[in-house]
Amino acid sequence: MAESATFRIWRGDTAGGGFQDYTTSVSEGMVVLDAVHQIQAQQAGDLAVRWNCKAGKCGSCSAEVNGNPRLMCMTRLNQLDLSAPVTVEPMRAFPLVRDLVTDVSWNYRAKQGIRPFRARPAGADGTWRMAQVDAERVQEFRKCIECFLCQDVCHVLRDHRMFDDFAGPRHMVYAAALEMNPLDADDRVRDLRARHGIGYCNITKCCTKVCPEGITITDNAIIPLKERVVDRLYDPVTRLLRLLRGGGDV
Amino acid sequence: MPGYDTSEHDVLVIGAGGAGLRAAIEASARGARVGLVCKSLLGKAHTVMAEGGIAAALANVDDRDNWQVHFADTMRGGQYVNNWRMAELHAKEAPDRVRELERWGAVFDRTDDGRILQRNFGGHRYPRLAHVGDRTGLEMIRTLQDHGIHQGIDVHMECTIVRLLKDGGRVTGAFGYERERGRFRVFRAKAIVLATGGIGRAFRITSNSWEYTGDGHTLAYDAGAELMDMEFVQFHPTGMVWPPSVRGILVTEGVRGEGGVLLNSEGRRFMFDDIPENYRSQTADNAEEGWRYTQGDRSARRPPELLTRDHVSRCIMREVRAGRGSPHGGVYLDISWIKSRLPSGAEHIRKKLPSMYHQFKQLADLDITDAPMEVGPTTHYVMGGVRVDGDTQMSSVPGLFAAGECAAGINGANRLGGNSLSDLLVFGKRAGEHAADYAAGRQLGEVPAPEVEESARRALEPFERGTGGEGPYQVQYALQDAMQDLVGIVRNEPEMRRALDVLADLRARAAQVGVGGHREYNPAWHAALDLHNLLTVSEAVTRSAIERQESRGGHFRDDFPEKDPACATFNLVVRRNDDGSMQMSRVPIPRMPDELRRVIEDMK
Repeated sequence: MAESATFRIWRGDTAGGGFQDYTTSVSEGMVVLDAVHQIQAQQAGDLAVRWNCKAGKCGSCSAEVNGNPRLMCMTRLNQLDLSAPVTVEPMRAFPLVRDLVTDVSWNYRAKQGIRPFRARPAGADGTWRMAQVDAERVQEFRKCIECFLCQDVCHVLRDHRMFDDFAGPRHMVYAAALEMNPLDADDRVRDLRARHGIGYCNITKCCTKVCPEGITITDNAIIPLKERVVDRLYDPVTRLLRLLRGGGDV
Repeated sequence: MPGYDTSEHDVLVIGAGGAGLRAAIEASARGARVGLVCKSLLGKAHTVMAEGGIAAALANVDDRDNWQVHFADTMRGGQYVNNWRMAELHAKEAPDRVRELERWGAVFDRTDDGRILQRNFGGHRYPRLAHVGDRTGLEMIRTLQDHGIHQGIDVHMECTIVRLLKDGGRVTGAFGYERERGRFRVFRAKAIVLATGGIGRAFRITSNSWEYTGDGHTLAYDAGAELMDMEFVQFHPTGMVWPPSVRGILVTEGVRGEGGVLLNSEGRRFMFDDIPENYRSQTADNAEEGWRYTQGDRSARRPPELLTRDHVSRCIMREVRAGRGSPHGGVYLDISWIKSRLPSGAEHIRKKLPSMYHQFKQLADLDITDAPMEVGPTTHYVMGGVRVDGDTQMSSVPGLFAAGECAAGINGANRLGGNSLSDLLVFGKRAGEHAADYAAGRQLGEVPAPEVEESARRALEPFERGTGGEGPYQVQYALQDAMQDLVGIVRNEPEMRRALDVLADLRARAAQVGVGGHREYNPAWHAALDLHNLLTVSEAVTRSAIERQESRGGHFRDDFPEKDPACATFNLVVRRNDDGSMQMSRVPIPRMPDELRRVIEDMK
């Protein structure tokens, strides 16, 4: 490995900014976040970066490294071409705060709008039984560390800025975890269509590709939810029955 | 408060990990208007790092388990200097707290008959840890977060408190800054719950994130509350040691619970060489029995790898110092060997320890289903903290409560793995409940304007000195080196005296650090403000460790290598003198009721 490398880091705030080059020493096993910290400690004390666990578990240090949405703490330098400057820039889908830090508060608001878990009544002994295989289906979604890289890369959000209409892949995964939880007694199918905009997803699977937890977002979460929406709200027979029962339109 | 953005709450909870969230939920359920301050974004707190599980005597896997066994295990692990009342409440209430998480949406691993599965862990006599693979902490914090956001709690993200405010003797508010814009904030509250976690960043090798700078400990201490048991710091035996950039990152005890063994460079399972007297009757004396234990054989005793963390850490240090360590100064932790016992061993490992598999694969280019890991001790947890009442979690300052890692008592001299997550739930709930009750009968107190002004002025001093002064990171690194080298796993008086000198010198340097740039999201500024906390807790750890002239639990001295029964009768307590110096006292441990005494005798 090279003894030093150059990092082209985006510096600036809402008023503007640009890339700035920093050269720093590198050693075995280093990740991008180590390099950013080293630059922060030695050359640019006020370089803003958000991080916590440095072990891929908290999902705080999301950024775009050489244009790819990544967790900085899990991106090894030996996976990158160090002969050219490594660009490090903030997630582009969200408003900038400063340097590598973005305002991800929209995600928190979007989640708030999804109906929370509501447990079905417990068994006679006050507990619930669940098969491991059912637990595992939900656990895949619950691995999500809320790094929001899937949101960053989703073109409905990133390019079309439909933050008011579409809750994004992260929240489809969240809704899937609730809908497929065998203990949950609530129903989010109508909301998924009417409020969370599941129809806007056209299954390009960009979100699945960038998920650092390897969650199969599109195939395992979004498509099954889309199927539920279709079965419930667009199936001609159930639709007719609903109209006859006076249940109103979808 | 004119000139400052001010919010008013009945109960202000500082810290939004497991304890803080649970406290906020409880206080809110009791009708209090609750504010929740997070140093980072909501859901990112250090609780996400917890891997192994939540200890609770649900008795789903082994019906011999009950609160008495859990209580006795906790006291034995803590070497009997625990607050026995807290250990009792914890053991009794943890099962309900776990079931409550399930009611709020947590999805635990299951037994064959569909109940919550429990796994073995160090120091627990029976399989006791409710878990989700090796990411239990994430499951817990996400469950509390997703439940909590619908309880009408005001969440203040990326906000750091630097001072508590008092009126007369009682706590009335807090002063801090928000990271994003650097603006100061004043919080007025009738009661405050500290749930800020630990102090791991005072050491060079640690599993803790940047947030763990002893904030709550220091806020309480500066406000006149007492800190107890600060000499007891837990060095987790298995942190990553290679490559250098990941040194200290945790390797869950679950690896050993699933059958992982510790080996030295000669391939010897050295943990069999040193089994402490008080655990001998419960510990396997051969490899075969140890393996059977990990596979659920109820007649087998646990392997010595699952002895308490303090002991395992010292055994690893001994091997390394004797020249029998791994190439990078650790020992080997091997789980891959279980393939010789289980036909689908590799798949089993990936399923039971997914994030460990992932972590080593990505950060160390190592497949743990194929090769042993290199591991060594890492600073993980502080047993010491704010001295609180066992039932209410209130400190000696009226209206100031503490829960979770920043409170002392339940763990005594050493914490058992898995007891932390249950501690957060049990005492988070209790703190929230009693803080709400305390607030219910009271009006908001005054927040003293001069103190706010002075705090604001002091917080801005690093900017006045600018980048001409020494940077905060250099002081922080020097402090971490001193604590690691002089007050680490093996201690003695001359080295710790030297540490006190170094800390005094660093305090002078900290008063002179300067930072550049402006107040918006400026990490150097935040690091400069954290220094006071790191220095305070480091001094408390060092002074307490000098005072305790014996070895017990996480506190080991090579000049007093034995346990001294005379030292089992007191806790060490520090508080701030009016002149700013640290006052040390020995507080006798109250006599345990006969009922609890008998429980311990019966379990011996």
